[in-house]
Amino acid sequence: MKLKIMMLLSRLIWEGAQLLKLENLTVNYGSFTAIQNVNIEVAKGEIVVLLGANGAGKSTIFKTISGLIKPAEGDILFNGSSIKKTSADRIVKSGIVQCPEGRHLFGGMTVYENLNMGAYVHRGKREEIKKSLNHVYDLFPILKDKADDPAGSLSGGQQQMLAIGRALMSKPKLMMLDEPSVGLAPLIVEQMFDVIQQINREGTTILLAEQNANAALRISNKGYVFESGSIVVEGTSKELFSNDEVRKAYIGA
Amino acid sequence: MSTIFQRKNVIIAVILFAIAFPYLTDNTYYIHIMSLAFIWTIAVYGLNLLAGYTGYLSLAHAGFFAIGAYSIGLLTVKAGLNYWLAFILAILITSFLGLLIGLISLRTKEHFFAIYTLCVGYVIYLVIDKWDSLTGGVRGLIGIPAPANIGPISFQTPVSLYYLILFFMLLAVLVAYRIVNSLTGRTYIAIRNSEELALTMGIDTGKNKLVVFVISTAFAGVAGALYASFIRFIGPEVAYTTVVFDLLTFLLVGGIGTLTGPIVGTLLIVWISQQLQFLQDYRMLIFGPVLTLLVIFYPRGLVGGFYAWKMKREHKRAMKANSAKSSDSAIGAKDQVKEG
Repeated sequence: MKLKIMMLLSRLIWEGAQLLKLENLTVNYGSFTAIQNVNIEVAKGEIVVLLGANGAGKSTIFKTISGLIKPAEGDILFNGSSIKKTSADRIVKSGIVQCPEGRHLFGGMTVYENLNMGAYVHRGKREEIKKSLNHVYDLFPILKDKADDPAGSLSGGQQQMLAIGRALMSKPKLMMLDEPSVGLAPLIVEQMFDVIQQINREGTTILLAEQNANAALRISNKGYVFESGSIVVEGTSKELFSNDEVRKAYIGA
Repeated sequence: MSTIFQRKNVIIAVILFAIAFPYLTDNTYYIHIMSLAFIWTIAVYGLNLLAGYTGYLSLAHAGFFAIGAYSIGLLTVKAGLNYWLAFILAILITSFLGLLIGLISLRTKEHFFAIYTLCVGYVIYLVIDKWDSLTGGVRGLIGIPAPANIGPISFQTPVSLYYLILFFMLLAVLVAYRIVNSLTGRTYIAIRNSEELALTMGIDTGKNKLVVFVISTAFAGVAGALYASFIRFIGPEVAYTTVVFDLLTFLLVGGIGTLTGPIVGTLLIVWISQQLQFLQDYRMLIFGPVLTLLVIFYPRGLVGGFYAWKMKREHKRAMKANSAKSSDSAIGAKDQVKEG
């Protein structure tokens, strides 16, 4: 009896701690299967990394979680409820935000206006937005200096900072970062990963898609390796770091 | 000099000129042309919100213009309603039909949306042309009253009508200005930039597109209603496809996606085409190449081109200032080294 209660309690605690769960997820683009039978679990407060080459399906996973693509099969649970059929804008309201690959910014708008667009789901709550804005400016002081500059005039690193800052403005519970290090100088990449860690320490769960396995595995708790739309290896970051195949394919050692 | 040409001063000067215009000319024909240009401007501002800011090129705009015109015409001539009640109803009818058409047409995107709305515009034209018992068909609708008096203010003379139209045009500009400079306006720009990205910001793109579509048709409705009571006669040709391409030309020449583009483009083209009346249809031989050159060299129109030139100049100045600063500091550093 005691054991049963203990098991039930531990299950409840486990489920309570779970933020995102992909169950047997399959995504098709017409007749092409981009994601096949994928299972991913992300617990609250974790940094989880998705590794894989271009076209492995990482971005498709993000787009599916964001509600931009509807899955053919399987389910997406966020905080225990299915969001498979939820519209993209409502998913952002529920606390999932995506920072897309390529830093897509609103080029014609200023840095401040871009950040303000990030807080769209909190529109009208001036104090709240001001607080988030100050938080972003604390993380990336350069954005404050360039607040009135057009977003298109920023350097690659600054644009990535703005993309992350804009995503943060929605005060997400889960932040999905799609290849934040791509095209950046090594020093900037290091700074970027430091900031990602800081955001995580402040309570935001992170799902990170990366090709830079070395840096990503250092800051994450666990990871999934993708190949042609399926998970081929999964485990804690330590396990992946010492996995020969992963080292060969992604770390180059 | 630069203070005189500040944006605010330019706007005040233009408004003052528009107010003084009837006193600057004795020619009522010029007042007529200016009034007509202001009416088109209202419609073009509506088109600009949808095509310029949101990126959805609606080619049904002349159709909505005609719905506004025919609504007020039928409500006053056939139903005998009070003018201003009919005016408000005309805008509401146009907006409601805009809502219904928007619900369907916004399921398409980009060129499919343009083609679909082109068809919708043509269907509106056909309905007006063929529904003889209601619209009068090709004979049109005659005897539409001029705007009714508001208290002691009468709109029977061309000058008073000019001021009424000017009032509505300024109102349209103000509404467009407020929309564009608000979060709502930035939402439309975000949709134009990338609908997918807008969705990931939590923007309900479907709802926003429908709202801007309805606002745009309401602008066309106001313009159409004013046109009907200004010309006092309307025929199905107000809904014809050439009208929407005229509106689009005004917008492209002035500057699509800019706040002053619609008024600049409309006034310019309307006045130039009036001055070239003596060439009759041959004036298109001038317009065609000029428009082509403009699209090649100034794809964002005259206003867009002006802003691009201004930004380039400011950028150059900033670069110069920066290089002067750095050479100063280099000289300073050299001096320090020498002194050291």
